[in-house]
Amino acid sequence: MSILINKDTKVITQGITGKTGQFHTEKCQEYANGRNCFVAGVNPKKAGEKIFDIPIYGSVKEAAAETGATVSVIYVPPAGAAAAIWEAVEADLDLAICITEGIPVRDMLMVRNKMKQKVAAGGKETLLLGPNCPGLITPDEIKIGIMPGHIHRKGRIGVVSRSGTLTYEAVGQLTEVGLGQSSAVGIGGDPINGLKHIDVMKMFNDDPDTDAVIMIGEIGGPDEAEAAQWCKANMKKPVVGFIAGVTAPAGKRMGHAGALISGGADTADAKLAIMEECGFTVTRNPSEMARLLKSLL
Amino acid sequence: MKIHEYQGKELLKKFGVVVPRGVFCPTVDDAVKAAESLGGKVWVVKAQIHAGGRGKGGGVKVAKSLDEVRQYASQILGMQLVTHQTGPEGQKVRRLLVEEGADIRKEYYVAALTDRATQKVAMMASSEGGMDIEEVAHSTPEKIIKVFVDPLTGLTDAQALELAQGIGVPEASQAQAVDTFKKLYTCYMETDASLAEINPLILEGNGNIKALDAKFNFDSNALYRHPEIVAYRDLDEEDPDEIEASKFDLAYISLDGNIGCLVNGAGLAMATMDTIKLFGAEPANFLDVGGGATTEKVTEAFKIMLHNPKVKGILVNIFGGIMRCDTIATGVVSAAREVHLSVPLVVRMKGTNEELGKKILAESGLPIITADSMAEAATKIVAAVK
Repeated sequence: MSILINKDTKVITQGITGKTGQFHTEKCQEYANGRNCFVAGVNPKKAGEKIFDIPIYGSVKEAAAETGATVSVIYVPPAGAAAAIWEAVEADLDLAICITEGIPVRDMLMVRNKMKQKVAAGGKETLLLGPNCPGLITPDEIKIGIMPGHIHRKGRIGVVSRSGTLTYEAVGQLTEVGLGQSSAVGIGGDPINGLKHIDVMKMFNDDPDTDAVIMIGEIGGPDEAEAAQWCKANMKKPVVGFIAGVTAPAGKRMGHAGALISGGADTADAKLAIMEECGFTVTRNPSEMARLLKSLL
Repeated sequence: MKIHEYQGKELLKKFGVVVPRGVFCPTVDDAVKAAESLGGKVWVVKAQIHAGGRGKGGGVKVAKSLDEVRQYASQILGMQLVTHQTGPEGQKVRRLLVEEGADIRKEYYVAALTDRATQKVAMMASSEGGMDIEEVAHSTPEKIIKVFVDPLTGLTDAQALELAQGIGVPEASQAQAVDTFKKLYTCYMETDASLAEINPLILEGNGNIKALDAKFNFDSNALYRHPEIVAYRDLDEEDPDEIEASKFDLAYISLDGNIGCLVNGAGLAMATMDTIKLFGAEPANFLDVGGGATTEKVTEAFKIMLHNPKVKGILVNIFGGIMRCDTIATGVVSAAREVHLSVPLVVRMKGTNEELGKKILAESGLPIITADSMAEAATKIVAAVK
């Protein structure tokens, strides 16, 4: 098992005909069972055509109905990305993964509240991963997103992070010390997003094929602290924690839109302290995440 | 993106919030003329810089005659204004705002910002206006009233009234306060602001509500749809190296240390900075070259880092995913040659085509030090600059 996706997942690609969408769709197809997983693309202007043998449909709803796909991945440019998320939600998919970086925060606020309103009214809940994220991978089964597939190995360690390359760093280290991954999840660097650390930690906790987790965070926002508090009471598996940005000055946006210290509680030091208090094995040295985790097993 | 107070007040006024009459003044003569045309007996001369805490630093003065207006305007214009937000070197004052005096009976605080935890817009108000709000939040948190606004419905009358009553606006002025809060909310949403703050919002002797200050920050992801906000950008208020970097789509932030670092990805860039500190030095910058680290971008990144005279060494840390290590290595070698690199350079590369990348670095004939882990890279660069 794994979390969220596996070799049988059927995926729709929104923005499949754009440069980024094409590039990564081809890589995802080449990875493990990708050729069977990526079953549809969406572009209203190119409906009926094919790209890499993948049929293109006019809407997500139509693509889902025709193929039985339950997950979508979104490469649509920022100005239209929130609308693309909403299209996936309206099609009642299980999960939408938004890779797009640079979506206006107001657009995300609107679509997140519409999603909550839909669920409150009794509609089906669609989970959102991202935006501004690398996606997620279950090694040797399926990769949905922009991460380099070859650094991963199948195994029993979960990885969750807001940052793309820092996820790869953790995965690379794990593979080097001989530990494979159950799933590696990038939740994205934006301030208003879908799945948070706490949601992914709950899934790893429930996954019988995950033995331990590396949780990586960064400055800004309350999410890591919230997840740590939940873990203190509920997590049955060892967790190694790292927070990037001990050296980041307050009030400056460090690349990611959400990486901004805005008060006393969202500094790296404050988060590291809370995680430690909640039973995580924390490190200030990002080069030893995997070795530290190995020592806990 | 930040803007000046006088620009913020222009925006507030456009959305119907009452602000004092005032004139933007680039010179001392303009300031005197502005006071004359405004009339009255009391004027406020205010330094326009992006940093807060201007009053305490001597950048805001109340003048009771035209001579005093001239005197204060000459003092403030051109001064290096030091506040808790500028750093010790201060910020040069290049613009003034001259306003009519206000009859202040009571000062309040109100702000709109996006709340990450609830994914709603938080409207915050306080009876303790004119003070540093973080200080209020720390010492008397009960004096801050918050409501969370669902962006699908907007700020309701009931919520706005809760704020007005919560901070003790007298009954006769509550309707005006409610109106002001709703207009501030609309302004916040329609301009794609990430912060809109009025501190102080005042109650005048006659019971009117007026915004005496305006502080805005805007979501840079949304600037593409707000040319009117982009026009407010003041490059004098920004770090010249950060401006240069933004032209090449590099995320760069100047810091105080002496190790320049060039990394792909924001999280890994911060982790690299942290590792440098962990091993005994301080990073000179944050620099994310992004996913498409082309030779041109790497060269520009080197130039920008080396423009900082404090830089005594450079650490390059690349996790080659989609971007292959050999491509990066070629970029680093050609950049180092082009800028005639004269400080130690440590390169750590991981991922796709790692071995090929290392070979290119080794065969370049340049004195490039390579490392396998971030920790090793940091140790080596710290040793090299000592």
